[in-house]
Amino acid sequence: MLQIALTIFIYLILVISVGIYVYHIAAGKHTFADPVLNRVDGVIYKICGINPQNNMNWKKYAVSLVATNGVMMLMGYLVLRIQSIGLFNPNGIGGMEESLSFNTIISFMTNTNLQHYSGESGLSYLSQMLVIIFMMFVSAASGYAACIAFIRGLAGKSKDNVGNFFSDLVRITTRVLLPFSIVGGLLLVWQGVPQNFSGNVVVDTIEGTKQVIAMGPVAALEIIKHLGTNGGGFLGANSATPIENPTILSNLIELYSMMLLPGACVITFGKMVRDRKRELAVANISDDTNIAISKKAHRSLTVWMYGREGRSIFAAMGILFLIGLGICFWAESQGNPALAGVGLSQSMGSMEGKEVRFGVAQSSLFTTVTTSFTTGTVNNMHDTLTPLGGMIPMLHMMLNVVFGGKGVGLMNMITYAILAVFICGLMIGRTPEYLGKKIEGREMKLAALCIIIHPLLILVFSALAVGTSAGLAGITNPGYHGLSQVLYEFASSAANNGSGFEGLADNTLFWNITTGIVMFFGRYLSMILQLAIADSLMKKRFVNESAGTLHTDTMSFAVILVFVVYIFAALTFFPVLALGPVAEYLTLWA
Amino acid sequence: MKESVKSVFHGARQMIGITVILMLICGLLFPCVLTGVSALIFPYQAGGNLLTVDGQTVGAEYVGQEFTEDYYMWSRPSAYHYNVYVEGEDGKPYYNDGTEFPGISSGSNNYAATNPALTERVEADIEAFLEKNPDVKREDIPTDLLTASGSGLDPHISPASAEIQIPRIAKASGLTEEEVRDIVKENTQGKVLGIFGEETVNVLKVNVEIAQRMGIL
Repeated sequence: MLQIALTIFIYLILVISVGIYVYHIAAGKHTFADPVLNRVDGVIYKICGINPQNNMNWKKYAVSLVATNGVMMLMGYLVLRIQSIGLFNPNGIGGMEESLSFNTIISFMTNTNLQHYSGESGLSYLSQMLVIIFMMFVSAASGYAACIAFIRGLAGKSKDNVGNFFSDLVRITTRVLLPFSIVGGLLLVWQGVPQNFSGNVVVDTIEGTKQVIAMGPVAALEIIKHLGTNGGGFLGANSATPIENPTILSNLIELYSMMLLPGACVITFGKMVRDRKRELAVANISDDTNIAISKKAHRSLTVWMYGREGRSIFAAMGILFLIGLGICFWAESQGNPALAGVGLSQSMGSMEGKEVRFGVAQSSLFTTVTTSFTTGTVNNMHDTLTPLGGMIPMLHMMLNVVFGGKGVGLMNMITYAILAVFICGLMIGRTPEYLGKKIEGREMKLAALCIIIHPLLILVFSALAVGTSAGLAGITNPGYHGLSQVLYEFASSAANNGSGFEGLADNTLFWNITTGIVMFFGRYLSMILQLAIADSLMKKRFVNESAGTLHTDTMSFAVILVFVVYIFAALTFFPVLALGPVAEYLTLWA
Repeated sequence: MKESVKSVFHGARQMIGITVILMLICGLLFPCVLTGVSALIFPYQAGGNLLTVDGQTVGAEYVGQEFTEDYYMWSRPSAYHYNVYVEGEDGKPYYNDGTEFPGISSGSNNYAATNPALTERVEADIEAFLEKNPDVKREDIPTDLLTASGSGLDPHISPASAEIQIPRIAKASGLTEEEVRDIVKENTQGKVLGIFGEETVNVLKVNVEIAQRMGIL
């Protein structure tokens, strides 16, 4: 318990400094590394013919994003298909089959990192680097770019301009992802994560047998896998393996690297919105009152850290996260009554599928974090979690707003915030406004569509899977848990998470194609709709606060938001959760 | 018309350019730089933490191994037997239990808590363990020792799991229980700052030392 609390406490300290740095990048403000990085960026812009001052409207931004991602997929697909060549391939891995390549490339471009292959036998080092590591960088940067464009729209300095996609992509990569990766990568190597280009090593053990030990550029992949909330492991068992995650310190490094940037996103949002309010205040009010206002704003430490609007969003995400974490930790600590029944003590909690060095506490923390921040890396096997312990990661992917991956989590949460404002407005008779703009029919239609897509993808495809023999063939655990396996796979795909109930035999044509489609639509449809919402709000005029305005920067709004999220989740997902994990829990403890 | 064609070409150039250049920077330059720097600063770790005894590599510090002899400490069960194999008479590789070794893997069987196969496996393992460790009572077997890890490569067991194996190891190896207990203690790692993680015993390191004391290595 203590170690979980301390881990989160340290996170809260770290996230603020990172948040301030990311805000400076997003707002195009000066940072200490500018003298070097401006030149690097300049060279890249020159080679590619990019003019960073060339601002885009939301449509052009979205098209650039999707089309660039398309080009990247094409190049990555080619590398996967020809990976059997001798370059960076000491283990002699063959080319990848079409439907698996299709699935893999969508999976990594959409930041999902669902893996239907096993790294040690499916990919050469060339693919691990040119496809996997590359895509881990750019898919994270794309998501973050979309989010920054979205925030620019909401903060609304101009009517039409959300920034330049290419320059956002480059700046995020060179100023955030690459420097953090080099430092974090070295820390991981220090802890014992291998980083070399040699082939797998075969040793003679002291019992006279042989053992084969995986090698490769693991640390490089490992750090960006977490920083970019990607989650696809170098090896089949991901961060559970002592090769990817050898010590408790490496575990904490990986944990923090996936938590920092999504949290920082919320802070960026809070600060950018605050900037706009300040400017408005400067423009409208005489000097005396302006000073009084800025003094008032400085009085609260949390407002200084998160920005007013950012604070209530961060609080709502935090509440959802802590509830989930509590349930998961409790469920895993209870152990497995079926094993207690055959006489195996369960005093350490449910240890099947968990590593001794992490135990129940760090395993349940990692599980909740990886699905809340939609990373998808695992340090224990989610399929072997107890029923309720496994329901939490599934639920958090279904919500897809508990911090969420690079940027998209915030965008989803804002969509819910718009919905919450609207519902509250109807209930207590206030005009629905968010961030000083009126919420009207067009925004509500887009928000509703956006919120419907996610459950639609999960539920329809799960129904398809349990209704066809090709889908049913993948299920490997009997009873209610079989449904959980299917549900988890599609929730993970739609939320672009990428973890799995790995027992599912998913490298088949059916699973490769269906999850590929779900990942694609789960990523781009909602992203485009959200940019459209931002654009539609951007074009509106700011309305002055009146007595009828519902304040969205308060703690009570955070609580309302939590309830709205839970109510929507219950309405859409409770029936199917009752048939899967809940039914399994009831049979296990009956 | 001409303008729009031009802008499409310009867009395509930006997209292809940025793809190629980021692929080279992130996918090639970054891993190569990291490999070079870590080979300089942390050569042991970057090379995979290989343990050598008298010039011979016997394993990696953080990759568990399967042990079957009574005088060695046993690891947790693994679906992939820690990628440990023997070459059969037909030249093909086999796991210690006689099934064929399909090549390097990691992971577990992914048995759900309600899966009867899990209960069967644990029950069989308990019987086998009690037979080899007649002094141990069924309820004293720690949870981690007979449950499979997530990776199938867990290098550790808990101190309690080490402790209950000591009488068997002492009897089979000829070392005293005190000696074995000291070896275990030396290879036990506490929690970081006394807070983070769990106490762990590194099985491979314990066994290398047992072998050295017995004079068979």
